[in-house]
Amino acid sequence: MNRPKPAFGLLLAVAASLAVAGCTSESGKTPADTSGSASTKTPGRLTGAGATFPYPIYSKWFSDYAAKTGVKINYQSIGSGGGIRQLSEETVDFGASDAPMNDTELAAAKGGPILHFPTVLGAVVVTYNIPGLSAPLRLTSAILADIFAGRVTKWNASAVATLNPGVQLPNSDILVVHRTDGSGTTFIFTSYLAATSPAWKAGPGAGKEVAWPVGLGGKGNEGVAGQVKQTPGAIGYIELAYANQNKLPYAAIQNSTGAFVVPTIASVTAAAASIADTLSASSDYRVSVANAAGKDAYPISSMTWLLVYKNQRDSVKGKELVDFLRWSYETGYESAAALDYAPLPAKLRERLIARLGMISLGGA
Amino acid sequence: MSTDASPPLVPGQAAPPTESGDLSRSIASSGAGDRVYTGLTTFFALCIPLLLAFLALEIGRAAWPAFSRFGLGFITSSEWNVPAGRFGAAPAIFGTIVSSVIALVLATPLAIGVAIFLSEFAPPWLQQPVAFLVDLLAAIPSVVYGLWGIFVLIPLLRDPVIPFLRDTLHLGATPFFAGPAYGPSMLAAGVILAIMSLPYISAVSREVLRAVPRSQREAALALGATRWEMIWDAVLPNARSGIIGGVILGLGRALGETMAVTMVIGNRAEISASLLAPGYTMASLIANEFSEATSDLHLSALMAVGGVLFLITIVVNGIARWLVWTVERGAAG
Repeated sequence: MNRPKPAFGLLLAVAASLAVAGCTSESGKTPADTSGSASTKTPGRLTGAGATFPYPIYSKWFSDYAAKTGVKINYQSIGSGGGIRQLSEETVDFGASDAPMNDTELAAAKGGPILHFPTVLGAVVVTYNIPGLSAPLRLTSAILADIFAGRVTKWNASAVATLNPGVQLPNSDILVVHRTDGSGTTFIFTSYLAATSPAWKAGPGAGKEVAWPVGLGGKGNEGVAGQVKQTPGAIGYIELAYANQNKLPYAAIQNSTGAFVVPTIASVTAAAASIADTLSASSDYRVSVANAAGKDAYPISSMTWLLVYKNQRDSVKGKELVDFLRWSYETGYESAAALDYAPLPAKLRERLIARLGMISLGGA
Repeated sequence: MSTDASPPLVPGQAAPPTESGDLSRSIASSGAGDRVYTGLTTFFALCIPLLLAFLALEIGRAAWPAFSRFGLGFITSSEWNVPAGRFGAAPAIFGTIVSSVIALVLATPLAIGVAIFLSEFAPPWLQQPVAFLVDLLAAIPSVVYGLWGIFVLIPLLRDPVIPFLRDTLHLGATPFFAGPAYGPSMLAAGVILAIMSLPYISAVSREVLRAVPRSQREAALALGATRWEMIWDAVLPNARSGIIGGVILGLGRALGETMAVTMVIGNRAEISASLLAPGYTMASLIANEFSEATSDLHLSALMAVGGVLFLITIVVNGIARWLVWTVERGAAG
């Protein structure tokens, strides 16, 4: 009667190890450490890691730049959190993040002060599934905060109806769909809600993942968009680029001047134009453009940043990094719009080129 | 039963145990090659426990800040609030266990039925193809199950299945099927996991049923049993311990599954009695938040979730060993 025992005993062991492997396969560091003495002998190779949101435009930049100058840049889109960790540990030459580093994270960096360089702008749009609706829905920050906090639960609630005169809104429940994986998209959206709604700031707050009062969680833009598409009455938030590529409807949002603005490349760039005058070459660029002033500005916009050490120990690599950033502000920005990213306004790019002078090469 | 391959033909030829012990010892010490071989296999055998110990140590070290900060509250609290830095994993622990239990409740009868059909009833030309197809379920990547869940299973649940359960069977009055049904839910996760763990349970059960000796079946039939009585009274009791092993193997699969579950469970950190409400599992929580976790406490809390999952897996396997052991002893005695 014992014959089958060894076979399934082995299987049990395999099952146990599989279950264990499932929860430990992502262990912190990836073998990205090509910095140090070995790579100084082979200039022309930089490594970076971080945000997934700007990955399409970064990879286009890196390949264009490599074709022009021969400098190869290897970028791993492992997420903003991982990018910050790897830069702090000095295992990469630069990091990238959708949310600026906070003071604790900056203090923990092993290579000294870190400078934030904005590269492009992204926007988050509010998408919905209301059968039979043709014109974009009009929404305000107050109503968005109420819907995502579960205080407004019907589409034909008076607060929504008065904003959309002449639109036949159904008497159906609103189903909130949000991102469940930590993401820059959630950071941009919740930062906007926190900046405009005191109740939201005191409640869930702003972050890459927050404790949502109501709703379902979808994984990635595709998870949220898929859930919204399938469920009549659903509302969710996704990246502008993803919504455009998949032809999803999105709402016009009221900005700080009272105008209802549809997200476009121009209206997102306009959001950054309004703050350009307040920034100089030496100011802190960890700024939010959520709910920016300017009558054309789309309010749920944000910059995404490259993170660079102020003191570059390796002067060769440091110079290559500075040259690349200068190239991106002078030439690279032109290819952003084609990939649904909003380029920085001209005035801001000039200031950032001047800011590159703050990076000191050769260290100490 | 397991040593009937070469019965001693000549009386008195069976060697006394001491002599065979000396013989094997003298063979073991005879050559350098054997010593190398012994050393090598011992090394390999030790590798796995060492790896496991190292894993437990490393998870424990990384998870310690979260455990020492929240104590028992980490397991009992329902609040998982990253911006506020408060972490309680109760909904994820609950979700992992409940979705796996649903999976086993659905998969076990089906898998044993498949195994009995294939080993006892199926004509030979059907046996191989069906067994192959069932085994193939194990080879489908979990992300494909997740996509299938979103585009096929959830719409099916939303339209014919849930209204049938609620209105035709009047289960809507019980708390288990109350509340709004959006689609992504504990039930959807349980059904996906049932399909994913089915091939494991059925493959092991099938092999175990086949291993039940022919003589047992013939004896039962000779006593006048019907085919059904033969399976129920002679085959299944003999295969009991193996089938339990298969079920536990399926449970291990269900507990650790990440991708497919994340895609259909709705990912809400909340404990609800309703199977139609969204839930969360430990594996999903780690997969969702690890890459964007920056604060040390957040990382440590995720490691602690990993530690709890690790512990649950070990406990489940321990219980499995114990169950198999008691059943075997019961069968022998």
